[in-house]
Order: sequence, then structure tokens, then C-alpha cells
Amino acid sequence: MSARALINVPRKARRGDVIEIKTLISHIMETGFRHGTMGELIPRDIITSLSCKYNGEEIFATQLYPAIAANPFVTFHTVATESGTLAFHWIGDNGFEATEEAKIVVE
Amino acid sequence: MHPPHGIAIGAVVAVLGMPLALAEIPLDQRRSGYDQLSPASKAMQDDDTSNPATLTVLDGEALWGRKAGEANKSCADCHGDAATSMRGVSARYPAFSPAKARPIDIEQRVNLCRTEQQKVAPLAHESRDLLALTAFIGKQSRGMPIAVTNDEKTRPFIEAGQRSYGMRQGQLNLSCQNCHDDHWGQKLAGVPLVQGHPNGYPLYRLEWQSVGSLQRRLRNCLIGMRAEPYAYGADEYVDLELFLMWRARGMTVETPAVRP
Amino acid sequence: MDGFDITRREALIAGGLAAAGAASLASPPVAASTPGQMEHAIRSLIGEAEVRKGKVTLDLPPLVENGNTVPLTVIVDSPMTKADHVKAIHVFNEKNPQANVISVQLGPRAGKAHVSTRVRLAGTQTLTAIAEMSDGTYWSDSQEVIVTLAACLEDLI
Repeated sequence: MSARALINVPRKARRGDVIEIKTLISHIMETGFRHGTMGELIPRDIITSLSCKYNGEEIFATQLYPAIAANPFVTFHTVATESGTLAFHWIGDNGFEATEEAKIVVE
Repeated sequence: MHPPHGIAIGAVVAVLGMPLALAEIPLDQRRSGYDQLSPASKAMQDDDTSNPATLTVLDGEALWGRKAGEANKSCADCHGDAATSMRGVSARYPAFSPAKARPIDIEQRVNLCRTEQQKVAPLAHESRDLLALTAFIGKQSRGMPIAVTNDEKTRPFIEAGQRSYGMRQGQLNLSCQNCHDDHWGQKLAGVPLVQGHPNGYPLYRLEWQSVGSLQRRLRNCLIGMRAEPYAYGADEYVDLELFLMWRARGMTVETPAVRP
Repeated sequence: MDGFDITRREALIAGGLAAAGAASLASPPVAASTPGQMEHAIRSLIGEAEVRKGKVTLDLPPLVENGNTVPLTVIVDSPMTKADHVKAIHVFNEKNPQANVISVQLGPRAGKAHVSTRVRLAGTQTLTAIAEMSDGTYWSDSQEVIVTLAACLEDLI
């Protein structure tokens, strides 16, 4: 089952503007602390990190823990320096990996 | 709300021991569950880029264009652009199906298309794909008034739903009416009671941490009252949904909503 | 991240369940935090550095409808220049089974030290955000959140 991700980045910005980036990805974020109906422990299955590169240079990184709600929503800011691509990379338990890109025009 | 005519109301009053009409919420006092949300949850619903249900809607949009079944057809092949063809559809469901001689809900309608037009297996209730499609279709009615039909064909089913609504059940011996007509706005175990309108389904429920259907929510209530829930897809749910949509007529569709 | 203590406790509970048999299970054990757990998690990330109150604003709604999805924002007062910026932000909780919530690495390219996410809270509790500055100092803010539970719970489906 592939993860669906939604990135919200302004399509255009002026050089030097501080822009907000919003990310949303579908993921159960199973904490590893819950128990099933027979008392068995449901194993942890979470996204553990998200990083963002702006034209290849990392501008943001985060480590997520089971306390992050399902369908992780993470927002941060960056300075619009030049036109190009913002590349997002999520990594998680059980070999989970997802990538998404957004283009920005900076004038 | 016009009370049912003829023998039905007499029988209902005799069974319940109280006239139904008294406990109803006057039309102008009806409120969407949205009004009782915290500011943070309202913001989550209002902003598509932060509403977790948007992911489900996007999945539905992808499914809409995907060919399936022996007929190798996609929804788009018959219905074209959903923004046009599906506009207002969810707002008038459940709708009467001449083939089934009774109303069907949007989930049943999607599955009828799958089995009869696409020639593919129906989607299971609460499956990721069925939720995605119904959320996507529902979103095309966002902002529109609920407009189910109440005519000689649908009225018996609306009345059946209304009887369900007023019937005490479960170990807690509560009816929907007890909480959602008589005590809306007050608190149940610290949680504010809503009027229980179905105007945002399928929706993202914080308690579920996922998108779910109205039937899932109705089952939650039944389980909460310690009543045996009907199986998914039961006629009782569709009748109740039709009654609830009639009760909410004119109110605005918010699909996909966010609720606690 | 050192989760050894929690792992061992969970293993003991699981072992106890297996021994007792499913039939005698009244209700599943609920994982809980241990005293000093949050302090331990903080020290594991920032060592023995002194943490001062200030510069950081941890923003959470004081009362939430559902502990499953609680919006959380951290804003740090900093010019975010090469010479003076926030290097990292760490958020901790006191009542969840694990004390870490999120860690974030920033730099002068951020423009603003302003991040948001949504968290799960096991019950009413206090959260703490600690910011690590480029000059090696640590600053923090805390906030209490009251968490209500849903009135009717759903069976696992």
C-alpha cells in the first residue's frame, strides 16, 4: 500500500521571503504500546524521520516518535533563495520510505 | 418536520409512550457538529492542506480514473469529470433504487456500478478504496444543501428510520433521540453532545485517526449503548441514514469533515 | 534513543500474560510512563547542559476534545542568522509511555524557528520544548494540556 503525501509550498515567492512549508502523509503511526483484543502487543510501525532538501541542500530534518499523531502533519519555514525543487523524504519502520517533490519559482 | 400520517404515528406513540414531534429540534435551531468543534479542529477541517481526509479524497480521485473489471472501465469512462457529474449527488443520497425497490446509500450505489457496469467485485465496507471513492464523490457536494427526496416511495423508509431513531435499545436503554434531540449541547461524560447530523460523511474522526463512514459512526453509538450493532450494509442503517438526512434537509454538506 | 527500560518492562508484562493465560486476562495492561523518564530522555539528548526558561513558546490548546490529535507549535525567538540561530528543538512529554515527542534540526536557512505538528497525548499532562541555540545555550517552555476522552469507545474492528 503506497503512502499518499500532500505538500503545500507557495508556487512563487520573492527572493528572501520566509515561506511556510506544510507536509501531510498518510501513515497509521502504530505506537507499539497498544494491545489487541487478546492482549497481544501490536508492534510499532511509525515514520521515524522526515527530511527536506532545497536544490540538494538539506534545510530541515525531524525525528518522529510514537507520540506523533497518525497521518503525520509537519510544518516548518525556509528562506526562498532560488527557484528549484524541494525534495521530501520520509523513512519509517518496516522499510517504509516515501518521497515527494514540489517546485518553487523565486524571483 | 411533517409528522407521518395515518396509522403509523398512532402505533409509534403507543409503542414509545411519547409523541415524537415534541422532542424534535426546530428547523431553525439545527446546528452542524462543526459549530461545537474546538478552534483547532475547525482549522483542520477548513484547510484542505491540513485536513487528513484530503489524502483519502486524493486516493479517491486516483481510483475514479482507474480502469477495473472485465468491462475494463473506470468511473470516468461513464461519468467523466466528477466535479460536474457528481456535483450534488451525495447531497441527495440515500436515494430510491427502482431495481432494489428501496433506498440505497452511496456505498451501495458505488458497488452497484462496480458489479453491474465495471463487472468487478464490490468493495468491502470501510475498505480503503470504498472510503476513498465515497469521500471523493462526497466532496463534490461540499457546500451544497442536503436534499434527499421525501415522497410516496421513500416515505415508508424515512418513517422506519425515524422509528429506529426513537427506539430505546441496548443495555443502557437509550435511543438516539435521548441524546441528540433532548440533550444536545449538554455534556456526556465531559464531551459535548452534538445533534448528530450526517452532513460531513465520510469524515476524519480524531478518535479513529482515520476516515470512516456514517455506518461506522452509527455502530460506535450502538456499541456505546451496549446494543448489538447491525452488520455493515444492513437496511436498518440505510433507513436511519435516510431519516437523518431528511432531518438535516437544507443543511450544508461538509464532506470530508473533521470530528472528535 | 535508549528505550531499554521500556522494552524490558513490556517483555515482563508479555511474559506474565503468557504464563497467566488469556482466559484470566481482565483487561490488557496499559503502558505508562515511569518517574524520571522524561528527565532521562532530556539528558540523553542534551547532556548535562543547563536549561533556562525563555525564548521558546510552546503553543498547545489548553483543553482538547481528543488526545489522539493535538496540534502543537513551537516558536523560538531568534534572528536565525549564521551567527545566532536555533540548531535544534526537542519536545518531551511526561505521561506517555515514551518521553520523546519530536526532534527537529534547523539552521540559518530556516528564516524562522517555527514548526508545527500534531501529537498524541495519553492524558492530561505537561509538555516541554527545549531549543538548542548555536551558541550552545538551551532554552525551554512548558505547557499543560487537559485531555478529555471520547464518551463511547469503539471495539477494535
